[in-house]
Amino acid sequence: MRREGSTGRPASSVVLAVLLIVLAGALLFAATFGAVQLRPDDLVRMTVNHLVGPRFEPTWRPQDEAIFFSIRLPRVAGAAIVGAALASAGVLFQGLLRNPLADPYALGVSGGAALGGALGFLLSVSFSFLGFSPVPVLAFGGGLAAMSLVYGLARSSGRAPTVTLLLAGFAISAIMGYAVSFLLIMNDRLQINLPRVYGWLLGGISVTQWSQLVVAAAMVGPAVLGGWLLRHSLDALSLGEESAQQLGVAVESDKRLVIVLGSVLTGAAVALGGLIGFVGLFAPHVTRVVVGPRHSLLLPAAALVGAAFLVLADLLARSLLPPTEIPVGILTAFVGGPFFLWLLRRERREYRL
Amino acid sequence: MSALELQAVEARYPGRQHGPDKRAEPVLRGINLRLEAGEMRALIGPNGAGKSTLLRVAGGLLRPSAGRALLGDRDLATLRVREIARHIAVVPQEGPVPVGLCVREMVELGRTPYVRLLLGSTAHDRHAVDWAMAVAGVAELADRFVDELSGGERQRVILARALAQEPRVLLLDEPTANLDLQHQVAMLELVRGLTREQGLTVVAAVHDLQLAALYCDQIALMSAGQIVSQGSPEAVLTAPLLLATFGQRVVLSAHPTHGVPLVALVPNGNARRLVVPGSDG
Repeated sequence: MRREGSTGRPASSVVLAVLLIVLAGALLFAATFGAVQLRPDDLVRMTVNHLVGPRFEPTWRPQDEAIFFSIRLPRVAGAAIVGAALASAGVLFQGLLRNPLADPYALGVSGGAALGGALGFLLSVSFSFLGFSPVPVLAFGGGLAAMSLVYGLARSSGRAPTVTLLLAGFAISAIMGYAVSFLLIMNDRLQINLPRVYGWLLGGISVTQWSQLVVAAAMVGPAVLGGWLLRHSLDALSLGEESAQQLGVAVESDKRLVIVLGSVLTGAAVALGGLIGFVGLFAPHVTRVVVGPRHSLLLPAAALVGAAFLVLADLLARSLLPPTEIPVGILTAFVGGPFFLWLLRRERREYRL
Repeated sequence: MSALELQAVEARYPGRQHGPDKRAEPVLRGINLRLEAGEMRALIGPNGAGKSTLLRVAGGLLRPSAGRALLGDRDLATLRVREIARHIAVVPQEGPVPVGLCVREMVELGRTPYVRLLLGSTAHDRHAVDWAMAVAGVAELADRFVDELSGGERQRVILARALAQEPRVLLLDEPTANLDLQHQVAMLELVRGLTREQGLTVVAAVHDLQLAALYCDQIALMSAGQIVSQGSPEAVLTAPLLLATFGQRVVLSAHPTHGVPLVALVPNGNARRLVVPGSDG
């Protein structure tokens, strides 16, 4: 298939407007489904009443409003935040590592977060930090610790070569992943609730309080904005680090910034949703096919694509086998896996390493 | 004041540690190079002589372990990379080819040293990009994808990107390596024209001694990390010097129409050994 030139690509404002509408539609659609079916037009009226004061006579039951504001909306908003965070982190890491296989977990976050989360299940302590229970807090910390470890290991004489970063990330992920496997296989002695831990490892949106969303949004929003401010550096990095430096990019410090922002995004996503795979890998790829590789548009567009996708995947996860919730990571893998294979076949000519 | 100057430069690559003092062996030693504005100098020498390393030092990518690299009267080591990129542009040998980037977007990357954090491109940015594409002859390729171009077209696009930086100094690493005869001449005449009209200062690592003699004011001959001879093409391109540095016998004559030295290779006469390995013991 011949691709068209940049003039054939849709304008940035059109792309972002369409994606915002798609995301709003996905949020509204997903919020109507659940144990109690709600009407989408009611949801819009409830929201308007809530935001600007009573404009509409309630045609709904009072408990519907409670269900929407304390259960459905936090849930779908949480899915959107997690999807946006994972997709943005994927864009940042693919740009940084110039590797199509890079995803938010490429630098060891998954291993560290899994180990942290598993320890959270193991420890009998219970505390609450900004509305988060021990598991997400320890997963967030574990992910950040693993990423710092990877960066520290990959760095020598002031530089962290991308190939070393990738290999160190792989090794740390593997070591920590096997540590988790060891804990799980010892579940008899350690008295771990195996299905619960396993379900968490596969990923599932879990929002119990609005404060969790506020905390996550306060990390994800600024981190996406920060990544967008690095758009020119990320564009230049696609030419290789030496060319980027010749174009005036402070390569090592910008790489460090990208890693920090990617860690915050991934950590926030893990805290809300566990280890959800594939979103961070394929949302950037799909978006790149449509909008091209420039990060000024790619980053926000991929964030919106990831958000909308995860809202819908989470809807399937909680409504396919009620009352059982399928871990959403399984659904993203069932959609993301085949997509990725298709991408491999389609992009064979284009991705060179 | 010179446009670009290397003073007693010694350079090492970090991490390649050999020798008793645990420091990397210097790749460049005692390099002195001085270019006036509008001058074009060729760097010649065998593979591994240090031409690319010298360009890295001159472009501020590699900091000298001794000596200084000066842009005008300012030490490159004191300048931020962004500042350097507004004055020095580089056309590298071969780099990753970004996928899905069209020619105009590629050339726009040359404006990276001028971008502002929150704002878009200015009228001047667009003007500089248009100018660079027109000068490099890639304006009609503007909407083509970079990864679908021929090697020669891509080389001109990379030149356009470098020119979009509006540099005072242009460093070229094997600029004609992928080009056919006509495009080799076109590339060097284009760059030569910019030195005359815009006062651009150019250092080019070139393999083709004929092109070096035809288009450069001076030639610097490098060998084993040092400049062993520097001067006019007539002074540097001599049979004994070329034999000593390249290990290759040549015969020199005058160019039939332009008078500059013309280098003719003399076969070493041992081609048989390469043809049938192992057949004669």
